[in-house]
Amino acid sequence: MNKILIDLQHINKSFDGQLVLEDLNLYIRENEFLTLLGPSGCGKTTTLRILGGFETPDQGCVIFDGKDITKMPPNKRQLNTVFQKYALFTHMSIAENIAFGLKIKNKSKDYIKDKIRYALKLVNLEGYENRSPDSLSGGQQQRIAIARAIVNEPKVLLLDEPLGALDLKLRQDMQYELIRLKNELGITSIYVTHDQEEALTMSDTIVVMNQGYIQQIGSPEKIYNEPENAFVADFIGDSNIFNAIMVEDKLVEILGTRFPCVDTGFGRNKPVDAVIRPEDVILSSPEKGRLEGVVTHLIFKGVHYEMEVTAAGFEWLVHSTSMFPVGTRVGIHVDPYNIQIMNKPASEDEEAVKIDE
Amino acid sequence: MNKTKKKMLGIPYFAWSAIFIVVPLCMVFYYGLTDAGGAFTLENILSIASPEHSKALWLALLLSLAATVICLLLAYPLAMILNGKKKNQHSFIVLIFILPMWMNFLLRTLAWQTLLEKTGVINSILSFWGLPSLNIINTPYAIILGMVYNFLPFMVLPIYNALSKIDPDVIHAARDLGADSVQVFLRITLPLTLPGIISGITMVFIPALTTFVISNLLGGSKILLIGNVVEQEFTQAANWHLGSGLSIVLMLFILVNMVISAVFDREGEGSVL
Repeated sequence: MNKILIDLQHINKSFDGQLVLEDLNLYIRENEFLTLLGPSGCGKTTTLRILGGFETPDQGCVIFDGKDITKMPPNKRQLNTVFQKYALFTHMSIAENIAFGLKIKNKSKDYIKDKIRYALKLVNLEGYENRSPDSLSGGQQQRIAIARAIVNEPKVLLLDEPLGALDLKLRQDMQYELIRLKNELGITSIYVTHDQEEALTMSDTIVVMNQGYIQQIGSPEKIYNEPENAFVADFIGDSNIFNAIMVEDKLVEILGTRFPCVDTGFGRNKPVDAVIRPEDVILSSPEKGRLEGVVTHLIFKGVHYEMEVTAAGFEWLVHSTSMFPVGTRVGIHVDPYNIQIMNKPASEDEEAVKIDE
Repeated sequence: MNKTKKKMLGIPYFAWSAIFIVVPLCMVFYYGLTDAGGAFTLENILSIASPEHSKALWLALLLSLAATVICLLLAYPLAMILNGKKKNQHSFIVLIFILPMWMNFLLRTLAWQTLLEKTGVINSILSFWGLPSLNIINTPYAIILGMVYNFLPFMVLPIYNALSKIDPDVIHAARDLGADSVQVFLRITLPLTLPGIISGITMVFIPALTTFVISNLLGGSKILLIGNVVEQEFTQAANWHLGSGLSIVLMLFILVNMVISAVFDREGEGSVL
């Protein structure tokens, strides 16, 4: 395990009396690609701005490489930011934009020239030195913004929804570009996004946030396969979330039907949330399933069919490669290890109270 | 609406421009380039070189330049403060700034005369407190004061406009790349607001250079600016030829200023009014 490079301790922040972050604790290891993921207003951008030095937390501290940098101005911090809307200097050429940080640090002309060439090569924009930022497309501008940040060899790269302003196709291309850069440079990166696909594709670690709280920290696989609560399950990918009752260890009652599962230790007859991913719902002939339902919607998605099946009064979202026409009676079956059991957020009320205060 | 119909809408404006702008301009050029007998001459224009006229021109240039510089020095920090305020606060400050402009220009200048007079309001207050009196009425300083007072909003607004167009993240990016506040100002803020500055300079310098009202009211009759000379040629000496000739010279200075401002402000960023 690499050493811890950044440690956020007990961060609190509010704007105009509105609590944005409450007692946030988070650490980032060297060379880690960490993503802050959550809906807008969840506090992810504020967290990034606290790291960048553009906001000061009301309480708590930011430890960087063993030193407290909570009050350090942005220009003294050894990290660089890539902004959502590029924030290029429109009165300068591309080369001058990239050279900005190096000139401030009084690097030699030759060094700067080499760095510009290297950075432009890295982002596949060789020969753009003398162009003006306005003459570039959104994707190109964002690549320049990345080049401008990395020539300074920051210890940490902060990326604030850098692909948010780009269209879908470009966003996918840029994802691969960023993964390539991440592998080539091995630079510690903190990435903010509300796009779960981006987060799953690029990150080593995902931090799912909601309403100023961290909901879950883990690898993309862990976050997807073992969401800790209904919010995470719902936010990452599609899912069927049920109010269920844990009858006993390895047995859960969903919509009045008992399903074997693999989770233990929840106690007897305890209300829980159960999550079943749409691709884990297996459809068969009615008599073979645990539950019987009727297909109500059918959409062809390319890789799979997306179906809605009404069973026991619930609309099940189902992804399957076999097709069942609308109106077909089907049986529903779920393998035990595909049912995720989660504690009900006892905190749901608590959280609401905390936020109201 | 088709194209011809759209063009028809422009006719009243074109007619207005032709009658009240183009024709008078042609007349100024005609008078400026002819003598009393109607023969072509450059004498009217060249008379700017006479000691009396060139002194008035230099004084006008000097005073309007001084007023422009003072306006710039006052306006830039003010625009920055305005830009830093929240929306509801800054509209109030902008209102305070624009409020005097709703009053008549002559009236405002006359008010300064009353304020600055030897026995005026300011001196009464000063003498009440036993302080030395302020005797700047009928001096160039009073004229500069009048110019600054009257034209300051024209400097503040384009600069404020240019400042408010800067994305805060651009400033953040510069800070993030290691620039301190001074470097951010010199390398980012100032260059990005240059169009606004140039626009403001134009809008202060041109009216200040050609004014004769401010110099008449606050400078007494002793201080003659080029605007006063032109005015007198038309109204008192009834020498339209000389007045027009000097106006053409003045136009050249304005033209130079306009060209400079056009070069710096290609996107019209600084324009606000």
